[in-house]
Amino acid sequence: METKEKESLFSAKNRKLIFNPLNLDNPITVQVLGICSALAVTAKLKPAFVMALSVTVVTAFSNLVISAMRNGIPPRIRIIVQLTVVAALVIVVDQLLKAYVYDVSRQLSVFVGLIITNCILMGRLEAFAMSNKPWQSFLDGIGNGLGYSWILIAMGIVREFFGSGTLWGYPVMPQFMYDLGYKNNGLIILPPMALILVGTIIWIQRSKSRELIDKS
Amino acid sequence: MSDSYIFRYAAIMVILVAAVLSAVAMFLKPAQDKNVAVARMRAILASANVEATAENAIELFDKYILEEEVISPEGDVVAIYKNGKLEKGDVRAFDINLKEELYNKGKGKEYILPLYLANVDGKKYYIFPLQGRGLWGQIYGNLAVEEDLNTVGGSMFGHDKETPGLGAEIELPPFESQFIGKKIFDDKGNFTSIKVLKGASKILTGDQLVHGVDAISGGTITSNGVSAMIQSNLENYLNYIKKQKQL
Repeated sequence: METKEKESLFSAKNRKLIFNPLNLDNPITVQVLGICSALAVTAKLKPAFVMALSVTVVTAFSNLVISAMRNGIPPRIRIIVQLTVVAALVIVVDQLLKAYVYDVSRQLSVFVGLIITNCILMGRLEAFAMSNKPWQSFLDGIGNGLGYSWILIAMGIVREFFGSGTLWGYPVMPQFMYDLGYKNNGLIILPPMALILVGTIIWIQRSKSRELIDKS
Repeated sequence: MSDSYIFRYAAIMVILVAAVLSAVAMFLKPAQDKNVAVARMRAILASANVEATAENAIELFDKYILEEEVISPEGDVVAIYKNGKLEKGDVRAFDINLKEELYNKGKGKEYILPLYLANVDGKKYYIFPLQGRGLWGQIYGNLAVEEDLNTVGGSMFGHDKETPGLGAEIELPPFESQFIGKKIFDDKGNFTSIKVLKGASKILTGDQLVHGVDAISGGTITSNGVSAMIQSNLENYLNYIKKQKQL
């Protein structure tokens, strides 16, 4: 019989699960998943943060639940089972937002509901949670959620600062800049500019990590 | 795995998920209801040009909204809610679901209408709640009319799912601020409502100019919805307005 080796909770392998998606395996910039919401909710920092948090929570817990259930799930209906778990978690998150951060939930509008169809989730469930243990899957979910999160938050900061001159709703652009004739950049609030911003992040990342560049 | 296992698995999972979701929904309902009520208070205050936050909405609502009246289609005041208690009748205007009342009206049944009387720093407003249809879903709003029951003092519109950047612009100040100073009756006292028209500032001339505002380009159906909403909702109050003017 195989001797069970007890792996520490944050072994090198487990840490990789969290940190890889932040850079070399980032869901947005490398796997190019979840772009739609990344463009839509990042005009201001606060909704971007709440969205990022929601996605991280849903990814982590759906990974955990599906991984715990993975040996019992009938293969023929596994996608339906995954979808049900994800949908249930998203509804819980949506209800919580409506109860505790009503304004933000109004701003996020349909995008919370659309977490259900976020490709990152189904991708991680199929690729990871269905074949790994719960704890590892949970970490993988957190890692991918954070990978999604930091891009959203970075974009939220840039777009709110240059687009509205505020951060988290507080004015940060000093008044003398306006007196000197500075104007908020209206273009950066619009979705096309968000796409260009994602492109810029991808460009910077690839110029730093050459292994990501396609050979062709 | 056998088919019966799949069926059992699916059935049990669905029941479990349903139970969990119902429990969550029930547990969070009070907090959500409060948020919705606060949002409505802010919308009512916004039409009277009072900027309220989620924190001070209840306080400001108590301060500025002097009286909530319930109006019958004949124009009589059937209930009054004042200083935190019902002085007449048995319904509070704030608790009326306008959508349901308008539905009853459409069915030819009895219905009642809510109305708010505000006093903002000495300026008196009659605030008429509005309910209508846009392109994708419902639109709503509040129209604050000054003491003469003719001149609009402010407006506030909202929507559920109008197109962002087009129809959704109705809830933004550039559109809403157009209504200030417009009139709902002409010089002879005939009800004209306020029309939302393409290029209203160009095609309307002379004394018609005070009865129209510019529509949103690209948001024609939503704009028409706002126009129809104001017309149809205010019509319900015409008897009341007539009686008030005779007083």
